[in-house]
Amino acid sequence: MGAGHGHKLHYHGHSVVHRAPAHLKILALLAFMLVVVATPRDWYAAFAVYLGVIAVVVAVSKVPPTYILKRTVVEVPFLVFALLLPFVAQGPKTEVLGVTVSQHGLEAGIALVVKGTLGVLASLTLAATTEPQDLLAGLERLRMPNQLVQIMAFMVRYLDVVTDEMQRMKVARESRGFNARNPKHWPILARSAGALFIRSYERGERVHLAMLSRGYTGRMPE
Amino acid sequence: MSTPVLEVKGLAYAYPDGHQALFGVDLHVHQGERVALLGPNGAGKTTLVLHLNGIHTAGAGSVSVSGLPVEKANLQEIRRRVGVVFQDPDDQLFMGTVRADVAFGPANLGLKGAELDRRVMDALDKVGMTEFVDRPPHHLSFGQRRRVAVATVLAMEPEILVLDEPSSNLDPASRRELADILRSLDVTVLMVTHDLPYALELCPRSMVLSGGTVVADGTTYDVLTDDALMKENRLELPFGFDPRSTPRPAR
Repeated sequence: MGAGHGHKLHYHGHSVVHRAPAHLKILALLAFMLVVVATPRDWYAAFAVYLGVIAVVVAVSKVPPTYILKRTVVEVPFLVFALLLPFVAQGPKTEVLGVTVSQHGLEAGIALVVKGTLGVLASLTLAATTEPQDLLAGLERLRMPNQLVQIMAFMVRYLDVVTDEMQRMKVARESRGFNARNPKHWPILARSAGALFIRSYERGERVHLAMLSRGYTGRMPE
Repeated sequence: MSTPVLEVKGLAYAYPDGHQALFGVDLHVHQGERVALLGPNGAGKTTLVLHLNGIHTAGAGSVSVSGLPVEKANLQEIRRRVGVVFQDPDDQLFMGTVRADVAFGPANLGLKGAELDRRVMDALDKVGMTEFVDRPPHHLSFGQRRRVAVATVLAMEPEILVLDEPSSNLDPASRRELADILRSLDVTVLMVTHDLPYALELCPRSMVLSGGTVVADGTTYDVLTDDALMKENRLELPFGFDPRSTPRPAR
C-alpha cells in the first residue's frame, strides 16, 4: 500500500532526454510516428535508420536498453494478429519455409510488425524518460481539451489504488482455495471483475463528494 | 451565548430508497470547541456529516454554520466554512501531487498566485508535511495521506473542521501524531468516531448519535463512564481501557 515508488514505465534519470520539456517530446514522438507510418513498406533501409534514431535517443537517455525491451511485451497480442495476416489474406501465394502463404499478407504482416515495433519502442522511450505528471502537463500545454487531460490525470492517480484493490481481491480469493487454472472457477473471475467495477464506480462517487466538499463546481481550477 | 459555529435543528433525512437515517437531530458546536460525535456503526454519523456541508439537503429541519443556513444559494460559502475530512484519504486526494491537491480547495475559492502558494504551504506546515509538497499522494504512507487530507481542508481556512473517523486504519504512532496535530490547530473540531479512547484524549465534550437522534451530550468523561447509556447504544470500551483510571488529558 503506497510503498511501490515510481511508475512501472518510468526510469528515473537526469539525462538531456529526461530534462527536455514534455510537450516537445510528445510532438517529437508524434512527428516520428507520422514519418514511420508514411514510409513505403519496402524501404527497409529507412526503417533501419529509424531504429538507429531510437537507439541513439535511448543511449543518450542512459535508460538500460533491456529495461525498454522487456516492456515491449505489450506488443504481443498485436504480433499474433500480424502473424495471422499471411494466412488469411487473399491474392498471389508464395512459399516460406515450405508453407504456402499470401504474398500480400506476408508483406503487410512484416510492415505491421516493423512499424508497430518502432512505435512501441519510441513510446516506451518517452514513457521511460517522462514522469506521468509531466506528460499530462505537456498535453495541457499542447492545448489538449481540459476534460481529456483530467480524465487521464484521474487514471494515473487511481491506477495504483485499483490495482492494489484487485491484488487484495486476488489474495482473498486464493486464500479460500480458489484456483484460476480450474475452468469450473472461471465464473468467479467474472464476478470479481464485476465487483471491482462496482467498487471503483463507488469510489468515483466518493471522490466526487470530496471534490464538491472543497467547492468544486464542475470546472478544475487553473 | 454567541451564535454557534454549527447548529443543527430537528434534522431528519431519508435516503431516496426510503431508508430513513436521521430522525430529528439537534446539536450545536461553539467556537473553539473540540467535540466528539460518538455512535455505533450504522447510527447515521456519515449521513449527518454529509448534511453539514450541503452534500445532502435536509428532508426536515435545518443546519446553519455561524448563522448561515445550509441552502443551495450559500453552498460555496458553506463549503468554505465547513471542512470535511473523509474517512478514506484515497477519496480525498485525487490530484497528481500533494501541492495540487492542497491547492484544489482554495483555488476553487478563487485564490491565485502567491496567496494560493502561501495557503498551501501554511496548511502543509500545520500537519508537518511541507517536504512532501511535490510528491504524488499515492507514494505516501497511509498516515501521511491522512495528514495531507487534513491539510487540503485547512487550506480553505474553515471555521469548523469535521473529521470522519480520523483514527481509522492508523498505527499507534500515526494516531498520536494526528492527535498532536489536531490539538495544535486553532480551529473548532467536530470528530465523528467510534474510537472512544481517542475521543477522550482529544475532545472535552461528546455527543452520542444512535438510531438517528442525539441521545446524550456531556463531557466525554461523563458519557464514557455512564455504563447504562453506553450499553444501550452499542458503545463499548476497548479491552483494558477504563476512563476512570486514565489521567485526564491536558486541554
